[in-house]
Amino acid sequence: MSPQTLAMLAKVGLWVFFLLQVAPVMLWLERRAPAFMQDRLGPNRVGPLGLLQGIADAVKFIFKEDVNPSGADRGLYLLAPMLALVPAMTTFLVLPFGPTVEIGGHRTSLVVIDSDAGILLFLSLASLGVYSLVLAGWASNNKWSLLGSIRASAQMISYELALTTTVVCALIPAGSMNLTDVVDYQREGLWQFVTQPLGFLVFLVAAFAETNRLPFDLPEAESELVAGYHTEYGSMRFAMFFMGEYMSMTTLSALGMTLYFGGWSLPWLDFSQFTGLVQALLGFTILVLKVGLALFFFIWVRWTFPRFRYDQLMRLGWKVLLPLAVLQLVVTAAMTVGGLL
Amino acid sequence: MELAAFAFFALLALGSAIVVVGHRNPVYSTMSLVVALLATAGLFVLLGSPFLAVLQVLLYTGAIVVLFLFVIMLLNVGRERPAAGRGTMQTWVAGVGALVFFGAMARLIWESYGEAEAPRLTEEFVATRGLAELLFTTYLLPFEIIGLLLLVAVVAASWVARRPTPDEEEEAP
Amino acid sequence: MTVPVSWYLLLAAALFAIGVFGALTRRSGIAIFLSIELMLNAANLVLAAYARLLGERSGQMVVFFALAVAAAEAAVGLALFIAVFRLRKTIDIDRINLMRW
Repeated sequence: MSPQTLAMLAKVGLWVFFLLQVAPVMLWLERRAPAFMQDRLGPNRVGPLGLLQGIADAVKFIFKEDVNPSGADRGLYLLAPMLALVPAMTTFLVLPFGPTVEIGGHRTSLVVIDSDAGILLFLSLASLGVYSLVLAGWASNNKWSLLGSIRASAQMISYELALTTTVVCALIPAGSMNLTDVVDYQREGLWQFVTQPLGFLVFLVAAFAETNRLPFDLPEAESELVAGYHTEYGSMRFAMFFMGEYMSMTTLSALGMTLYFGGWSLPWLDFSQFTGLVQALLGFTILVLKVGLALFFFIWVRWTFPRFRYDQLMRLGWKVLLPLAVLQLVVTAAMTVGGLL
Repeated sequence: MELAAFAFFALLALGSAIVVVGHRNPVYSTMSLVVALLATAGLFVLLGSPFLAVLQVLLYTGAIVVLFLFVIMLLNVGRERPAAGRGTMQTWVAGVGALVFFGAMARLIWESYGEAEAPRLTEEFVATRGLAELLFTTYLLPFEIIGLLLLVAVVAASWVARRPTPDEEEEAP
Repeated sequence: MTVPVSWYLLLAAALFAIGVFGALTRRSGIAIFLSIELMLNAANLVLAAYARLLGERSGQMVVFFALAVAAAEAAVGLALFIAVFRLRKTIDIDRINLMRW
């Protein structure tokens, strides 16, 4: 096996290992953190501080009955949860987690796919996430699921526009669609959330809408649609939707951190003083910590704000965020051409 | 290696195209179209334009086909019923017509190019930068016109699909 | 061994022929639309193949524009479907082929 293949497998393994840990940790955090915010304790029976709650939930998911809704299209019903994992498990391939290092005598850049159109790969794979929602709602033969999935798909494709525009804004000063160049640009200057605050805000709101998190979680609103598009799913299928949602939150947060908060780098930290392997692990850990802060922010916002009504949601996406994103685009382009960035 | 990739994507494209055209359930047809489009995106990569491949996935499968699914779900389009009466004749004529077309094209293509190998892909050809330069210099006018076209399409689509006002509902049969 | 360009063109011709067959045979408006998209896809493939053969990137540019045009056409076409459905309660083309009734 050539060193390049080995390096690629190691990088993929590192990312997959991280992504698989996210769901159980989030399961626990999603219950304890809001509990403390609401002046109560949350789960504290299963293990110390309730830390084994994730295992308890996983066991519950495995042992639940496999439902077969009558009239449901079996093929698509089974396909939808699998599709939920596709965007999450493929978009991390273009995210850098360290500088170009030399490990064991071989130079390698710490990103699985070092492509000149890296961000396009991310966006295109993320846009495939709509299919799981659409098919889940349709295949369930259930009017609540159908309503939830129609809302979800319209919401996702609407906010994709604002998201893509702000991502383009973040790429303009760096002059490249390769995310390693964006991080290198931020290492030499300021983090981009300082130079493009409006773009960052629009990205933040659009990211919440893309991942169907409160205040934009109307497609799965508990008080309105039973459980929206995953009403008819129990046991491991629901767990797959669940995991898919958390993993896409993670990768989108990682993208946000890479574009706006310097990714794997810290401004005062000089990476060249460490050996190659330490650089890789250090960069990855820094990125993971930043992503962790972002995920905590996701949970924090979820338990703070009420839900948007559907027409308010669509109005916000089209009439507010998209014009603001275009404004940021114009401003950034002007500043870059004018030499300020 | 390239041959294996081509064979895989070509067979996938052909197979899913046949399912698109053959399956009675519109949602299955649409999902097969997704597979066909993804296979074509793979072929674009083999032809030296990864940018187009990504655009195909992002635009076609990520937005256009979602729009199709949306409309199918909204209108609750059911399974297609088989045509009555002269349906079989129509199928035969269409089949023969398509085959004749393919035969003519195949002969034309084979006689023009035969086994001629494609020129090697250069780094310069594949890079996105060249495409961007072309887009904003030589093809700037078509680019702006496309923007205008999309604006017109958005306005037209929203108008055509609007909910009819009460007096419009009266005059409909 | 590299793949000859004619194979790409043959594949595109086959996809186009399948699309033509679908457009002529199906009764549901949506299925006809899907076949049309298949034909557009085949045409894009031809353009990209020629771009490679001639070393000209203009072929890829035309594909770019064709993608945009396809998006516009899909949007307007589907809006028309919705409008027709409101009126006739069906998109079976055998039943909406008369202008008046």
